[in-house]
Amino acid sequence: MAIFLNENSKVIVQGMTGSEGTKHTARMLKSGTNIVGGVNPRKAGTEVEIEGAKLPVFASVAEAMDKTGADVSVIFVPPKFAKDAVIEAIDAQIGLAVVITEGIPVHDSAYFWAHAVATGNKTRIIGPNCPGLISPGKSNAGIIPANITGPGKIGLVSKSGTLTYQMMFELRDIGFSSAVGIGGDPVIGTTHIDALEAFEADPDTELIVMIGEIGGDAEERAADYIQKNVTKPVVGYVAGFTAPEGKTMGHAGAIVSGSSGTAAAKKEALEAAGVKVGKTPSETAALARELVEKAG
Amino acid sequence: MDLYEYQAKELFAAHGVPVLPGDVADTADAARAIAEEIGQTVVIKAQVKTGGRGKAGGVKLADNPDDAKTKAEAILGLAIKGHITRKVLVTLASDIAEEYYFSFLLDRTNRTFLAMASAEGGMEIEQLAVDRPDALAKVPVDPIAGVDKAKALEILKQGNFPDAIIEDAADVVVKLWETFVSEDATLVEVNPLVRDPQDKVVALDGKVTLDENADFRQPEHAKLVDKAAEDPLEAAAKEKDLNYVKLDGQVGIIGNGAGLVMSTLDVVAYAGEKHSGVKPANFLDIGGGASAEVMANGLHIILGDPDVKSVFVNVFGGITACDEVANGIVGALGKLGDEATKPLVVRLDGNNVEEGRRILAEANHPLVTVVDTMDNAADKAAELAAAGA
Repeated sequence: MAIFLNENSKVIVQGMTGSEGTKHTARMLKSGTNIVGGVNPRKAGTEVEIEGAKLPVFASVAEAMDKTGADVSVIFVPPKFAKDAVIEAIDAQIGLAVVITEGIPVHDSAYFWAHAVATGNKTRIIGPNCPGLISPGKSNAGIIPANITGPGKIGLVSKSGTLTYQMMFELRDIGFSSAVGIGGDPVIGTTHIDALEAFEADPDTELIVMIGEIGGDAEERAADYIQKNVTKPVVGYVAGFTAPEGKTMGHAGAIVSGSSGTAAAKKEALEAAGVKVGKTPSETAALARELVEKAG
Repeated sequence: MDLYEYQAKELFAAHGVPVLPGDVADTADAARAIAEEIGQTVVIKAQVKTGGRGKAGGVKLADNPDDAKTKAEAILGLAIKGHITRKVLVTLASDIAEEYYFSFLLDRTNRTFLAMASAEGGMEIEQLAVDRPDALAKVPVDPIAGVDKAKALEILKQGNFPDAIIEDAADVVVKLWETFVSEDATLVEVNPLVRDPQDKVVALDGKVTLDENADFRQPEHAKLVDKAAEDPLEAAAKEKDLNYVKLDGQVGIIGNGAGLVMSTLDVVAYAGEKHSGVKPANFLDIGGGASAEVMANGLHIILGDPDVKSVFVNVFGGITACDEVANGIVGALGKLGDEATKPLVVRLDGNNVEEGRRILAEANHPLVTVVDTMDNAADKAAELAAAGA
């Protein structure tokens, strides 16, 4: 098993014919993802050849699902059109929508999230502004490099893309059940807590690594959730200890405002919940390795 | 982007939110002229993007134009919590019967919007939230349904707004919501919202934060950027589409991905503890798919910072290929020639790392040291910065 994405996942790409979409569709195909088509109303009915695969282009997510049985959509459409693309995926009730697009206005994200809630949360949304997720050896939906590591017993959930890659690299000899990049925007679909809940229930996952960063209170709430609901060992890392107040650190959501959102507060909350928190990525990896070795 | 009070009020006025007549001035003479035009007692307010102006002497009443000039002279140039006052807002002094609080903001925790309202305004809202939490209504706002008059009345009733003005205040709230949505704001705050002796409801102060992700559909917002107050390096980086924040240390940082760069700042600060307390000089994220050119642009910005004594390039090649990064470094150093005098510590891992390291080894540039791990590289960069300081 794995979480959210497995060897049976049938993936479509919204924005497949754009430059980013084409590039990453090729990478996903190379890493073994079962991509069954793309969506672009202006090119509907045509076929695109990527990595030797002939992929049909559909007019809508609903049509693509109907014709191919797709249950995952990876969204690369530009910020301007992202809101409509996500709403289309929600209305088609696809199981999983992975929103890679960076730079979506927060009013748009808040709007599509409200739409998802109002229509009964039939679609799991991951992102926006995220690298997507990978279940190594099974499927890869997004832009996480598939060649860093293979399948294994660690579950990883992270706000940051490159820290996800770094952590997978540090623990590449152990491997991962799934690695989920939830994104660094102020409004995101799948949260640390959603991933923790799924990893707790996943028999392939024996240890969870959780990467957070400054801004908001998601890590504090995750700590509370871990204390009450998670029995598997959790190792944590929080980036941004030295970030000054009031300066956005790259991610729209990564900002310390007043006393809230500091890395120190997040670390403290996680440690109070029994999570071992590393000071650096490599120390975090060492803590994870220790726990895996102890468990045998 | 946070706006100045005068900019917030200009947006309010454009959306029909009542504000008092006034204008902004950057000289005492200009302040005098505005006071003369208003022709009544005015209030002179320092325009700085921080709170606590009153206590710092940044808000003063003036009875006549000459007085306005004197008061403006005293306020212009004043440092308030490290912010130098470059502009003052000169506005009609209002008679105040009551002060209220109102705001719309993004509620990250609940992934929706929130209205906050209180009949007890004027004071710091954080303080009110602590001292008298019951007096501050927090009402979720559905981004799809928005705020109409009925919703506005519901919010204000929960905030205990008095009956005599609740209808008028609700009209103002609907206009504030229009401002919040149509300007792509993440915060619209009025503190205080006042009731004057004639029962008119007026926004006496304003705080607005705009979402920069929406710049593509808000072309007017570019005019609100205060270029004079921008750090020159931050402005230069923005021109090149680089995500750069100036900090006050000595180790220049370049990395790819916001999380990894934040983490790099931390690791350098820890390493600095062992090397005379050197710190990171900046945040610079060259992004997920950085090319040689982007790398060169980044390096150019960092080397232009006189505070920088050493540079740490920390890249994990996910989508980015390490050979591109290596070519960017070699190319940028070649272009800079003798201008490049600061040592560079480079750590590369991931996609095409062998090729990247080979390119750097072959170039054999005297300023470049390649180190295998992030922790060791941070230590080396801190050591070099301490030696060069």
